[in-house]
Amino acid sequence: MTTPTEGRSLWRDALERLRRNRAAVAAALLLLLIGLLVAFGPSLSPWEFDQIDWDHISAPPSLATGHWFGTDGVGRDLFVRTLQGGRISLLVGLAATLVSLIIGIAWGATAGYLGGRIDGLMMRIVDILYAMPFMFFVILLMVFFGRNILLIFVAIGAINWLDMARIVRGQTLVLKQKPFIEAAVASGSTTPRIVARHVVPNLLGVVAVYVTLTIPQVILVESFLSFLGLGVQEPATSWGALVNEGAQEMESAPWSLLFPAAFLAATLFCFNFIGDGLRDALDPRDRR
Amino acid sequence: MKLLEVEKLRVRFETADGPVHAVNGLSFSLEKGETLGIVGESGSGKSQTALAIMGLLADNARLRGSIRFRGQELTRLKRNAMNRIRGDRIAMIFQDPQSSLNAHLTIERQMTEVLEHHRGMPRRAARKRAVEMLEAVQIPDAARRIRRYPHEFSGGMRQRVMIAMALLCRPDLLIADEPTTALDVTVQAQILRLLRDLQREFGMAILLITHDLGVVAALSDRVQVMYAGRLCESAPADVLFQRPLHPYSRGLLASMPRLDGPPGEPLRTIPGTPPTLFGQPSGCPFAPRCPERLPRCEETPPAPLEKDEGHRVACHLLEEEQ
Repeated sequence: MTTPTEGRSLWRDALERLRRNRAAVAAALLLLLIGLLVAFGPSLSPWEFDQIDWDHISAPPSLATGHWFGTDGVGRDLFVRTLQGGRISLLVGLAATLVSLIIGIAWGATAGYLGGRIDGLMMRIVDILYAMPFMFFVILLMVFFGRNILLIFVAIGAINWLDMARIVRGQTLVLKQKPFIEAAVASGSTTPRIVARHVVPNLLGVVAVYVTLTIPQVILVESFLSFLGLGVQEPATSWGALVNEGAQEMESAPWSLLFPAAFLAATLFCFNFIGDGLRDALDPRDRR
Repeated sequence: MKLLEVEKLRVRFETADGPVHAVNGLSFSLEKGETLGIVGESGSGKSQTALAIMGLLADNARLRGSIRFRGQELTRLKRNAMNRIRGDRIAMIFQDPQSSLNAHLTIERQMTEVLEHHRGMPRRAARKRAVEMLEAVQIPDAARRIRRYPHEFSGGMRQRVMIAMALLCRPDLLIADEPTTALDVTVQAQILRLLRDLQREFGMAILLITHDLGVVAALSDRVQVMYAGRLCESAPADVLFQRPLHPYSRGLLASMPRLDGPPGEPLRTIPGTPPTLFGQPSGCPFAPRCPERLPRCEETPPAPLEKDEGHRVACHLLEEEQ
């Protein structure tokens, strides 16, 4: 038997285990499909997302008219709108999660590693921000800066990093007690170096799981904001906004609710299954 | 000038239940290239002594006394200055090589980090040095294995990696805190032999902390027996093993199982348990367990006494003889 040259990292082991988890693999494939559809689907259809077809208003799905998912109350093609809304929803999900990830890891790891009074102060700031009503915060931002999709990212990220910071801090407190951190201190490494080189890489497992659970949560928050009329603006749309519109017409035009809701639900399920699979795959008790 | 001089070292922990006196007025010194074994039970303060030297004591620890390394007082050093010394001039290896390596980084990353930090070496040169050091600790196929992760090594190999990491900057002093406790006996012997050979090659001093008298016998020039954070006896290794003077050292040696004893002989123990370290005992801390205690043992703690050249004992019995 020949020994492979490159070492197998814990991440590669985890991916290997993830591949054996059928639910997670199926979810990942479905998510990939949704991603591709959202990215390239709109160009397949002859319609534009803001184009009104006066001949087909509130038309049911039909292959003949080219409105594969039907049209909404003002005659816009729902297939294109659903995918267009998916772009916004996924983008908000990813970008806001990224924002909360960066702030949360930096804040939580610093507080947890330094400990003592700095930790207390940093986490009390988190507590204070936590106490601020989220909607109030969002409305305030909207008033100051006007409605802007970027602001939605910032607002959601700014709320979500609080959870991330708490989780990361808790993990850091555990990691700080590990001998390899002591060994790093004993080898003369400076504190920023230890946090960046030794603490953060060891956090990524937990963080990865949390990220897969945060993305759907953010998508839901965005839907909620859109539902209240604080989210994306017409004619742009998101899954949340589409579900909102569809819900109002669900008796006369059920397709306008069903299609966006199905996409939204499928995406949320996929992220949750992947998160579940990742958590199992990264569980050290299961290490073979 | 001595390499390391520890004087009247005291370590106290402030806990919710009151102060814990882990090290109580310990003094010793270490010459260049010498190996000093510190022996004692759990809680005798031997590990805390090592951590005090490295500046790694827990946040609630209060340190008094003096630790001089090459004439420089370590206890008053700022963290940055200390970071330049540890890992470079003083290195440490730990008990559990499994958890002392970062599971998410390759051996290469972890080793080169030390050199980049202390020596400002470029990656490539650092890598070359790291491979050389892995070869020095007899890791076969070092150039390829350096790219592997810690979990792909066996326990003994991991401890070799730890030793190689500690020696990267050719330290003057290596502190080994129970370096072989987590390993099986055959691997233990290999690691001890390796440490001895490396010491000969690099000329560093070793402070060996262990509760295993066999390990001490294999490696040490001098041995120091500790009990409840105090010195009991300090002597050249052969003297201590042949003619221990302190009742505690005698008890420790008598409780070592022997192959040449009569079969079926029960294992000897020292009756009783070590004292709690809350509060200070008025007399000798070993008095309650001592088979030969005198009335005054419970009143005044004995001071270390130079019995012969390089043989110090803290026991009232010996004051008697003089």
